[in-house]
Amino acid sequence: MILSVASGKGGTGKTLVATSLALSVKDRGNLSFLDCDVEEPNAHLFLKPDFRSQETVSISVPSVIEDICTHCGKCAEVCAYNCLAVLKDRVMVFPELCHGCGACSYLCPEKAITEAGRPVGQVDVGHVQGIDFVRGTLNVGEAMAPPVIKKVKEHIDPARDTIIDVPPGTSCPVVESVRGSHFCLLVTEPTPFGLNDLALAVDMVRELGIPCGVVLNRAGVGDTGTQDYCRSQGVPILMEIPLDREIARLYSQGVTLVEGMPAWRQAFIDLYSEIQRLATPEAVP
Amino acid sequence: MKEVVVISGKGGTGKTTVVASFAALARDKVMVDCDVDAADLHLLLEPHVKETHEFYGGTCALIDADLCNGCGLCQDLCRFDAITDTGGEMRVDPTSCEGCGFCYNVCPLGAIQMKERMAGHWFLSGTRYGPLVHARLGVAQENSGKLVTQVRQEAKAVAEESGANLILSDGPPGIGCPVIASISGIDLALVVTEPTLSGIHDLDRIVSVCQHFGIPALVCVNKYDINLDNTDRIEENCRELGIDVISRIPFDEVVIKSLAAGSPVVEYSDGSVSTELVRVWKTLKERLGT
Repeated sequence: MILSVASGKGGTGKTLVATSLALSVKDRGNLSFLDCDVEEPNAHLFLKPDFRSQETVSISVPSVIEDICTHCGKCAEVCAYNCLAVLKDRVMVFPELCHGCGACSYLCPEKAITEAGRPVGQVDVGHVQGIDFVRGTLNVGEAMAPPVIKKVKEHIDPARDTIIDVPPGTSCPVVESVRGSHFCLLVTEPTPFGLNDLALAVDMVRELGIPCGVVLNRAGVGDTGTQDYCRSQGVPILMEIPLDREIARLYSQGVTLVEGMPAWRQAFIDLYSEIQRLATPEAVP
Repeated sequence: MKEVVVISGKGGTGKTTVVASFAALARDKVMVDCDVDAADLHLLLEPHVKETHEFYGGTCALIDADLCNGCGLCQDLCRFDAITDTGGEMRVDPTSCEGCGFCYNVCPLGAIQMKERMAGHWFLSGTRYGPLVHARLGVAQENSGKLVTQVRQEAKAVAEESGANLILSDGPPGIGCPVIASISGIDLALVVTEPTLSGIHDLDRIVSVCQHFGIPALVCVNKYDINLDNTDRIEENCRELGIDVISRIPFDEVVIKSLAAGSPVVEYSDGSVSTELVRVWKTLKERLGT
């Protein structure tokens, strides 16, 4: 099963839930943990894996062979991202605008464009307590997270269970991370912000055809709007974690909930079983 | 005119809480919510929407099934795996399509069109604190960076028209495309962080992004008393980076209560959080020279 842990709103406890879930079910074996929050990856701070290998993530950007180029302008015409500007006697390339689609090199009538890898991030692979751990990191100053997320997700092995820590929000990096999951767990909090962003996230996972359920973090404060919403939408609340200074303190030190408060382990095991029951047997690719 | 953006790296550190309080404190400004894929500022500012505009962000390929003979060239060439062969019929997955137009340019039968994609809406609203420009990205849509640029441009236009001397912006989390679109060319970034290992890790990255783009940044530590050692560590790290930490805001459940009441915390309570936010705003104003 591929389980993604997302939230809409940031800072609601995705990483807290994903890491504790992983540690609670790791003894079954065959578990992979993927940190797809490549802009701000944090799960390694809690699981402390031993990283053993690293891959660079690159986008293929055009490189013009000026000796062959006739400055016909075809490449600039087909580029949807204004990455190429053809002047009378040379071609200017703005690699940071390139999405790596490959149209320019394929369509150049003179075959004057080759592609060169431009690094935008990296993927680190390691292990911790029997869990295969994969982390993507977007380079500082780079805009596009999806290519790094795709590279992280190449490590998904259908024969293994996979837990994915998803970035906040509901746009392309989130869609890229959640796509192909059998279930999406949405972590939220009982505040108007949590509710507003949960509703956006529910719309997003429904658009992708993925079943979802909610973990209500910091329960006991705020209002009941989130619970009312879940009831009216038929979205199950699978777990509640109370607002508790001790939980916040453990989190601040990088200690997982199930290690800092072992009494929580059974709740996470039960949560995982419930998710397995609710997950779709066939993931939408 | 000055432009200030509140960002954080890590999500949920309190950006919107801080911005909403500044909204109540600042005069002659236009507010903008740059967190377009999970916008929350409107929940505290209670806007009356005056104008709604459609946002077109990029294009999406559309295959005419009557013209397509299923040759599969588009599928072979698409690097975003957006085209699948469903039993002889080629289909485009709009959530994967990046709108590059490669398929459109190569289809031997001219069976592919690039359609403008309505990727969301942006709004110009009135609030009790002044004009607010905000947006809502469509479900599972791309191009949030482009929408951020759009709302910033609109806010600037409103500010110029009304003679406002400040644009106050609630930024998105992370360090990628919408963040870069939010901070390019601004006068000052206020980074709200929290004293957790995640907060420290993410602060380092967002400050690096600000420095990479030459944006002056100041830091405030929210919920500083959750972990005093980590707060000290943040101040030490910032000192090394040459960034000023201008505030420590205490943890107080009154913040969550003010959210539930739909009110900026400085208007909801006159406790220590509010006192500190008033002080932070005064410091920001001095730094901006306004």
